[in-house]
Amino acid sequence: MEEQNQKKIIYLDNAATTRTAPEVVEAMLPYFSEWYGNPSSIYSLAAESKKAVTQARESLAQVLGAEANEIYFTAGGSESDNWAIKAVAEAYAEKGKHIITSRIEHHAVLHTCDYLEKRGYEITYIDVDENGVLKLDELEKAIRPDTILISVMTANNEIGTIQPIREIGQMAKKHGILFHTDAVQAFGHIPIQVEEDHIDLLSASGHKFNGPKGVGFLYIRKGVKIRSFVHGGAQERSRRAGTENVPGIVGMGRAAELAAASMEERSARERSLSRHLMERIEQEIPYCRLNGDRENRLPNNVNFSFRFVEGESLLIMLDMKGICASSGSACTSGSLDPSHVLLAIGLPHEIAHGSLRLTVSAENTLEEMDETVEAIKAIVARLRDMSPLYEDFIKKG
Amino acid sequence: MYSEKVMDHFEHPRNVGEIENASGVGTVGNAKCGDIMRIYLDIDENQIIRDVKFKTFGCGAAVATSSMATELVKGKSIQEAMQVTNKAVMEALDGLPPVKVHCSLLAEEAIHAALWDYAEKNGIHIEGLEKPKADIHEGEG
Repeated sequence: MEEQNQKKIIYLDNAATTRTAPEVVEAMLPYFSEWYGNPSSIYSLAAESKKAVTQARESLAQVLGAEANEIYFTAGGSESDNWAIKAVAEAYAEKGKHIITSRIEHHAVLHTCDYLEKRGYEITYIDVDENGVLKLDELEKAIRPDTILISVMTANNEIGTIQPIREIGQMAKKHGILFHTDAVQAFGHIPIQVEEDHIDLLSASGHKFNGPKGVGFLYIRKGVKIRSFVHGGAQERSRRAGTENVPGIVGMGRAAELAAASMEERSARERSLSRHLMERIEQEIPYCRLNGDRENRLPNNVNFSFRFVEGESLLIMLDMKGICASSGSACTSGSLDPSHVLLAIGLPHEIAHGSLRLTVSAENTLEEMDETVEAIKAIVARLRDMSPLYEDFIKKG
Repeated sequence: MYSEKVMDHFEHPRNVGEIENASGVGTVGNAKCGDIMRIYLDIDENQIIRDVKFKTFGCGAAVATSSMATELVKGKSIQEAMQVTNKAVMEALDGLPPVKVHCSLLAEEAIHAALWDYAEKNGIHIEGLEKPKADIHEGEG
């Protein structure tokens, strides 16, 4: 018990959110009480805020190889996804009402597509293979003269699979279709270049790369005609009115600079930690399955299914040991169905219920990985001991 | 999100295991929805539940409700065990989050299924007991 009081946290849920970097907090602080002016005001106090917002916009643009005036600040990834898809649907309705996306998008994309479907748009959902990679041949076949948008995520939030976005972008360009990518999990973690990758719109969120929560951005290529999303002011080139979240924007800009500068080194470290987890789990825990593409995945993502075990129980027991993780089981999604991503890669329901996602950061240590493996081993064994499915499996031989 | 009692029964589940040559075994739930409960009953000649064990595949609430249900029926007559409703299990656990109420229903059903098995094996009729619902192995991969 005494031990439990001193228990440190092993944070392995960096796909949910990341720790705001101390340098980021430091960069933000002056913009609360010192340089608090409204960037739209005329006096010199406000000029400082305006300068800071401009600087952040330039930093973000630079990471993507974009122009500063192609970056539009939002309140986060979900807003960016909603905006990108709804605005393109509205602005290009005359050309057509057909949108293509994948089965494993984030709900911010899928539910926006549902919304449009009820309003006369047609959506085609492209399948992924067993590793979660989009089927490019199916995508090509789905393209029609009235297709206005292809929206495919850069990397998946659950299983970490990285999509062939450059090929998708090329295909979209060839057919004169706009390409949007939800890069919420990928921006700041893997290289993305809007020119080379032929991206027309891109969503990102500050808190996924050690920036603050509640701020994100949408990249909109110059020439893409999109109307105002929020009316009432000249902010964001009149497309999204409202006084800027100056500290948040400053923090996100700083976070992007740091992420870009450290990307190679950080990825290498994350990859070595996640590989270690994968290798030990696969070697030491029977009846498990690695979900997602083995090679082509985000460096920090580990996702396993453990047969005969339910994910929520696993998470609570890990939490008791101070380990923060996530699962795609129904009980953690608030519905009776397990994650749509795990079902889309072909997992049967009962195996999808037993999934565990561990997303590391460069701040984690090898010792923490070993401690986590030991904890998972013990918990999975305990839950299997309690599982009627395991009992049946063993008795059947 | 869970009460202290739920957490206690999850962390230290009572009566986990199997009973060999049990008087009655009942399995309910569906792997598709993520919950399966199996209850083993050892019932003596006076129709008293001498021992009870469970195995559960499911979330924290499913484990806790199974554990609590076994406690509530242990040492009871089969008539008394029939009175252990999902409400009683929930109350004994100081409540469950709304999305987890179905777990307590499963616990009640698992006990009923085990009693049904016992009644069938012994050719007796238990007042108020209905045949358990669909086969749990349906839809299993």
